[in-house]
Amino acid sequence: MLKWIDSRLGAASLARKGLRKVFPDHWSFLLGEVALFCFVVLLATGVFLTLFYRPDSVPVEYQGPYGPLRGQEMSAAYESVMRLSFEVRAGLVMRQIHHWAALVFVASIVLHMGRVFFTGAFRRPREINWLVGIGLLLFAIGMGFTGYSLPDDLLSGTGLRIAYSAMLSIPFVGPYLSFLTFGGEFPTEGIISRLFVMHVMLLPGLLIGLITVHLALIVRQKHTQFRGAGRTERNVVGKPLWPSQTFRSLGLMLIVSGLLAMMGGLIQINPVWNFGPFDATIATAPSQPDWYVGWLEGGMRLFPPIEFTIFSTTFATVLWPGVVLPGIAFGTIALWPFIEKKVTGDEAEHHLLDRAREVPMRTAAGVAGIAFFAMLTIAGGNDVLAVTFKLPIEAVTWALRIGLFAVPLIAAFIAYKMCVELRSSQGHPFRRQRGVRLVRNAEGGFEES
Amino acid sequence: MRGVRRIAVSLGVSMLASVGLVIVYISGGQNQLEGLLLGLALGGMGFGITLWATELLVEPEKVEERAPLESSESDRKDAVEMSEEGQFTRRTLLTRMLGGAGATLAAALAIPALSLGPRPGQDLFKTKWTPGARVVDENGRFIRPGDISVEEIVTVFPENYVGSSDSQAVLVKVDSDLLQVAEGREDWVPQGCLAYSKICTHAGCPVGLYRSEDHQLLCPCHQSTFDVLQAGQAVFGPAIRALPQLPLEVDADGYLVAQSDFPEPVGPSFWNRTREA
Ligand code: FES
Repeated sequence: MLKWIDSRLGAASLARKGLRKVFPDHWSFLLGEVALFCFVVLLATGVFLTLFYRPDSVPVEYQGPYGPLRGQEMSAAYESVMRLSFEVRAGLVMRQIHHWAALVFVASIVLHMGRVFFTGAFRRPREINWLVGIGLLLFAIGMGFTGYSLPDDLLSGTGLRIAYSAMLSIPFVGPYLSFLTFGGEFPTEGIISRLFVMHVMLLPGLLIGLITVHLALIVRQKHTQFRGAGRTERNVVGKPLWPSQTFRSLGLMLIVSGLLAMMGGLIQINPVWNFGPFDATIATAPSQPDWYVGWLEGGMRLFPPIEFTIFSTTFATVLWPGVVLPGIAFGTIALWPFIEKKVTGDEAEHHLLDRAREVPMRTAAGVAGIAFFAMLTIAGGNDVLAVTFKLPIEAVTWALRIGLFAVPLIAAFIAYKMCVELRSSQGHPFRRQRGVRLVRNAEGGFEES
Repeated sequence: MRGVRRIAVSLGVSMLASVGLVIVYISGGQNQLEGLLLGLALGGMGFGITLWATELLVEPEKVEERAPLESSESDRKDAVEMSEEGQFTRRTLLTRMLGGAGATLAAALAIPALSLGPRPGQDLFKTKWTPGARVVDENGRFIRPGDISVEEIVTVFPENYVGSSDSQAVLVKVDSDLLQVAEGREDWVPQGCLAYSKICTHAGCPVGLYRSEDHQLLCPCHQSTFDVLQAGQAVFGPAIRALPQLPLEVDADGYLVAQSDFPEPVGPSFWNRTREA
């Protein structure tokens, strides 16, 4: 059998090389793998869901087993999600696993990106793969957003509406762009089937293509490694692909999918039956977007009302937090390898990773960025904050506006100081030995020795 | 061999959970149990395999050399030469024509994208309100000023267009003494009945909440607040423009009707909203 294959493909010599390929070991290198395995879970559960979902906005009357909505008019899409949740056996668990996997998917991509950032793994020769990674992040968010909108419940409609308004606000092309995207003035009938095609065909195709490129580039360029005995810029030290790495990865894949399955079974998520079907004349107060769009929501809430018209061309207030802010944010992240190269003038190839503490400037910049996004995300819940702390919403909003700039600066400053100190003391942040040696002196006092 | 035992236990747990999963499914299904058992089935196997890798497959680390990524100077030259074979670069006219034909073809192929949506035209500027259109509630019933009480709020539509998203408006009745009617709008408010577009001028959410203590309409999306008594002005939040007001009057039968469409485009801003459509 093996011989039959080999005599046709020459597989043995390929396998010999491939199976011996060495991968360095470090827990943080697994984050990207976790993302990949989430994607596998998403594909598997997604195929199941697709077989029951109806991408159609024709109105139907609900006759299913869920009492509170019986007799209500809703779209066929929403009705099929209700059926999936209440009538299809194992349907609800599949739906919930799918949603949890989507949240963890984006989270692990972001963490993986943080690892690559703070260790400087994006430096030459890996700038291309950094850009590919940004593309993956964007497509993943696109998947999340389109998927969130498919059930056609009240909340998903609100997200879509804001996206439409942001697109509409783009000068000169906005109205054309949003009419082409949505098929007319919001809300349109055809939008569900468009989102569906994006979600189950276009975006997954693009993701699979880009993942392939991402992995191929890793194989071609070989993985980076941390400094250590016997590790240089000219070698890779680690465990071979077969059997160690294969077993570990397989084990990790099963553990990740097992955890997602448990979450899907035990932790309720997106109970669309509570929100009710989409209704263009209602928006609910506590809209809860998925975590990775919270910062956009926060930007919308914090940005002061600025709108002006010059030469009878209006620059809308949603334009800034809805289009300009994400544009600048993603632009900066995508171009970071080139920005850093400009600043440091470092053109050399790097295969050995930095420790975050070894590069205080970059670490401080990264921490500032994280703090900025965190502040925006917090601002996405400013109404909840106001209620919790019994403060007027106006006060909360102003405090957050100031915090949006103050907190990242302070965080960056602290991170910088910490890096410099850790670097000079050669310490590991967590494994450092604490304490000083005290010696009793002649007068009976103590001195550091 | 403790390692072997632990691996065996993990795989055994996985097997049992899989069997349990099938049983649960056949006997009608139960969401929590399904998730738990599926998690154990997958996780147990994953745990076993991971143990296998860490305890039984202890291999020494291997070193692989990193060949330089850059190609050699001669390879690079060869590649450039090979690409020039056939002397494409010398046929300037033809290569340019080829490029031009490609670009034209691409443009022609992209054009059908325009079928994806209508041209915006008047859609963003006009709603379904017309002079004399009766005001109806979401059940299609006509409304007399006397039908609603002071401080009551109703979502209304033009007659025959219940549910029309861009025409939705809020009808509020206020004490006429409190009202500071804006100039030119004196006769838009029959018996204290005011109507504003229900679409937030920020990002288009329906402005659904009314706080009668201070006569403010609140948008739940980003907390923009509009003053009902002062021509719908935005008083807080990210919205800047007032909610467009619908001029109302009472027709011969005593029902509320619109005098005309909203005087300006409703909803979120777009670049040419101040131009004549
Ligand atoms: S849509 Fe109303 S405040 Fe943003």
